[in-house]
Amino acid sequence: MPQIRMVTDMNKPIIQIQDLTVGFSMRQGVLDVLHGVSFDLHRGRTTCVVGESGSGKSVTARTILNMVPRPGVINGGRILFDPDGTGTVNLTALDPRGREIRDIRGGRIGMIFQEPMSSLSPVHTIGSQIVEAIRLHRDMDKKAARQMAVDLLAQVEIPEPEKAVDKYSFEFSGGMRQRAMIAMALSCQPDVLIADEPTTALDVTTQAEILDLIKTLQRDVGMAVMFITHDMGVVAEIADDVVVMEKGHVVEQGDVDQVFSAPRHPYTQKLLRAVKVLEEPAPAKVRALDDAPPVLTVEDLSLHFEKREGFFQRVTDVTKAVDGVSFSLRKGEALGIVGESGSGKTTVGRCISRVYDPTRGKIVYGGKDLAHLNATELRNSRQQIRMIFQDPFASLNPRMTVKQIISEPLIANRICAGSELEDRVAVLLREVGLDPGMMERYPHAFSGGQRQRIVVARAIALEPQVVIADEPTSALDVSIRTQVLDLLLRLQAEMGLSFIFISHDMAVIRYFCDRVAVMYRGRIVEIGETEQVIGDPQHAYTKALLSSVPLPDPALRGTRQRHRYRPEVA
Amino acid sequence: MIWRFILKRLLYMIPFLFAVSIVSFLLIQAPPGDYLTTYIAKLGESNEVLDQASINNLRARFGLDQPLYVQYFKWVGNLLQGDFGMSFEWRQPVSDLVWERMGLTVCLSFATLLFTWALAMPIGIYSAVRKYTLGDYIITTIGFIGLATPNFLLALILMYIGVVHFGADVGGLFSPEYKNAPWSWAKVVNLIEHLWLPVIVLGTGATASLIRIMRANLLDELNRPYVDTARAKGLSEWALIMKYPVRVALNPFVSTIGWVLPNLVSGAVVTAIVLSLPTAGPLMLQALLSQDMYLAGAFVLLLSSLTVVGMLISDILLVLLDPRVRYE
Repeated sequence: MPQIRMVTDMNKPIIQIQDLTVGFSMRQGVLDVLHGVSFDLHRGRTTCVVGESGSGKSVTARTILNMVPRPGVINGGRILFDPDGTGTVNLTALDPRGREIRDIRGGRIGMIFQEPMSSLSPVHTIGSQIVEAIRLHRDMDKKAARQMAVDLLAQVEIPEPEKAVDKYSFEFSGGMRQRAMIAMALSCQPDVLIADEPTTALDVTTQAEILDLIKTLQRDVGMAVMFITHDMGVVAEIADDVVVMEKGHVVEQGDVDQVFSAPRHPYTQKLLRAVKVLEEPAPAKVRALDDAPPVLTVEDLSLHFEKREGFFQRVTDVTKAVDGVSFSLRKGEALGIVGESGSGKTTVGRCISRVYDPTRGKIVYGGKDLAHLNATELRNSRQQIRMIFQDPFASLNPRMTVKQIISEPLIANRICAGSELEDRVAVLLREVGLDPGMMERYPHAFSGGQRQRIVVARAIALEPQVVIADEPTSALDVSIRTQVLDLLLRLQAEMGLSFIFISHDMAVIRYFCDRVAVMYRGRIVEIGETEQVIGDPQHAYTKALLSSVPLPDPALRGTRQRHRYRPEVA
Repeated sequence: MIWRFILKRLLYMIPFLFAVSIVSFLLIQAPPGDYLTTYIAKLGESNEVLDQASINNLRARFGLDQPLYVQYFKWVGNLLQGDFGMSFEWRQPVSDLVWERMGLTVCLSFATLLFTWALAMPIGIYSAVRKYTLGDYIITTIGFIGLATPNFLLALILMYIGVVHFGADVGGLFSPEYKNAPWSWAKVVNLIEHLWLPVIVLGTGATASLIRIMRANLLDELNRPYVDTARAKGLSEWALIMKYPVRVALNPFVSTIGWVLPNLVSGAVVTAIVLSLPTAGPLMLQALLSQDMYLAGAFVLLLSSLTVVGMLISDILLVLLDPRVRYE
């Protein structure tokens, strides 16, 4: 009976990773990044590989395809691939440039990468890239392959697939690009799909859709999925089996329910705790007084981008990036702004700091309307309103020492110099929990979390009143996320800082913010006390947003009706 | 879409070239004195003295007694009718003098450009893909030597080698018997026989810098995620490198036409003199020295136009090559 055969097949792993060791040859010798990693992938099951950055998840995934990035070398172990249940191939023994492994890549094992933006070639159409993948592994003429590409795009629910094949990746949104990526990976109906953080760069609402898509496709095709992520919520959402990795070791593996309900290894417990902590407001939060005076009032703020076309540069289209936003920020308060990409949340922050010039509206700070001040008049407010950016790697100049970075605003505003400056930097570093002895080092010597601390130190160097933090924790690992948030909370309490905290992550907002404003397409659709907005959302968009946030509990899987907000067309 | 882009760029060229003509005119007027002062000085060297009346007479005949703007508009007016004026020194129409020279110059420039690309592209790709290997180090070393060697020195060395070891006929673009002969098949063959030396001399510096550019661009692109995507599809290493990163790395390469073209023309003066090439460079130098203003003006104008045309060509190629540019 076919049924029984299938069951036996499913019990036999399709990929067995055995004692895999991968090292990077450095000048000092070989540095191992994987220390004897072993786990299996099974047909029809999703195995989530979880771990923080540097745990070796991505290297493992690439090694399966024998694509170890240089200067990496496979030092030991085997990866046994058994596509049909007949015989196994040891993937690590194949020539990485040879015919055999190339037939497996894309043909039997498909792969999706994290950055849908840069993972597709910008100068080739989506269609040509999918057709290429099809024709590499199948004997098919161009026309048939193109038709198949259209069908695949339809299968991943890309609207108007006939037109989409001839478009370039930059004409698509992030979610659509990732769908195209999935279509490409699935084009040859692989037995195994490896997805390396496929939803990390996407909005929660888009993430939810992509997760649903992968789940549906897996059910239809019956392939094995290896899903790499650092997000426990996502794991709870889709995993059958979980593999937890830390610093190149597999520290725990097992069934998803077991891992979540009874984690054995301290590292797994730590990861889960870090997620759980973000489920509720920070315990150490000092609330602003209800009658505290507002430090910053924004009224009817708008910023329109005009698209000009043609020889005479006529205005053909106006994008309302920010469209009549009003709110006030009380002293000592943390106001969150949440929304998906393109909602205008970042633009609001940049208008307030006057990186952008608003089209209309008032930004009242200290009795002055910042929206209409010129550069010299802004000097004063720029000392008092500081920004923290998302990417701690990109926002620090790699050619300046930490001391130079932190002292720059102090020197620029002629606050102190000489040895006083050095003392000041030392105080600031201690304040953000870094060793002042490290001030002569360059940013590359620090980890992501430490770099973000440096960014914070730079922001508070001028003793500001208001800090605009734009996704300050998005680029950080979960466990470090709470540390940085706690640091900000402490500074808020000590210095009486007011925060505008921009994020797409509801959990982080809940942890940190007193009030939250939900933005959608340039407007604030809902604003209120954080707990109230999350507990009892009024606007349909807020409800949709909250329904998309993955819950870090596999027992709750499928208990929520997920829906996407579609505004009525006026 | 692409036609509109080209048309737009061509329209933009009109005011730009107008501005260029003003600057060229002012530039050739900038040194003190005019052609007559130089001429008189020259006559003085051979102890001939002109009296004031005949000087004035000559000045009026050349139109040099009129105010600057009149001279300018006269010049531009004639230019629009395709008349570049007369060369004072050569006593013949500037266009006759210029076209022959410009023709050879453009021919030499394009030959050099092709040589440069044909060499720089594969070497650059090799150097990037095999980063930090022996081959890369050798190429890099040769490249830096090529960058650092002055063209005229290389010209002298190659001429010496050519004459002493191969008995080749170096110097000039033609053998003496073809120099003033009308164009014929044999003359073309003769030109090609002579072309290799100046092409190598002129192309070395540009090749060396283009190899560096190609290598740097490609190194940036080789680690992009889309290369991994292509590899994960099962493409062979060679095919994927040529199709994806090289394609993207070509952008700055194409942009080089814009500066390579005028550079080849004006940067080649010294080399052209050393190799006694009948190209535009030496004649322009001569015209500037003797303040032969219409001739010099014509050259400056043509060089500027060549720059603009080079930019236009590279922009059009860029649009054809990169859809992102088209999209904006």
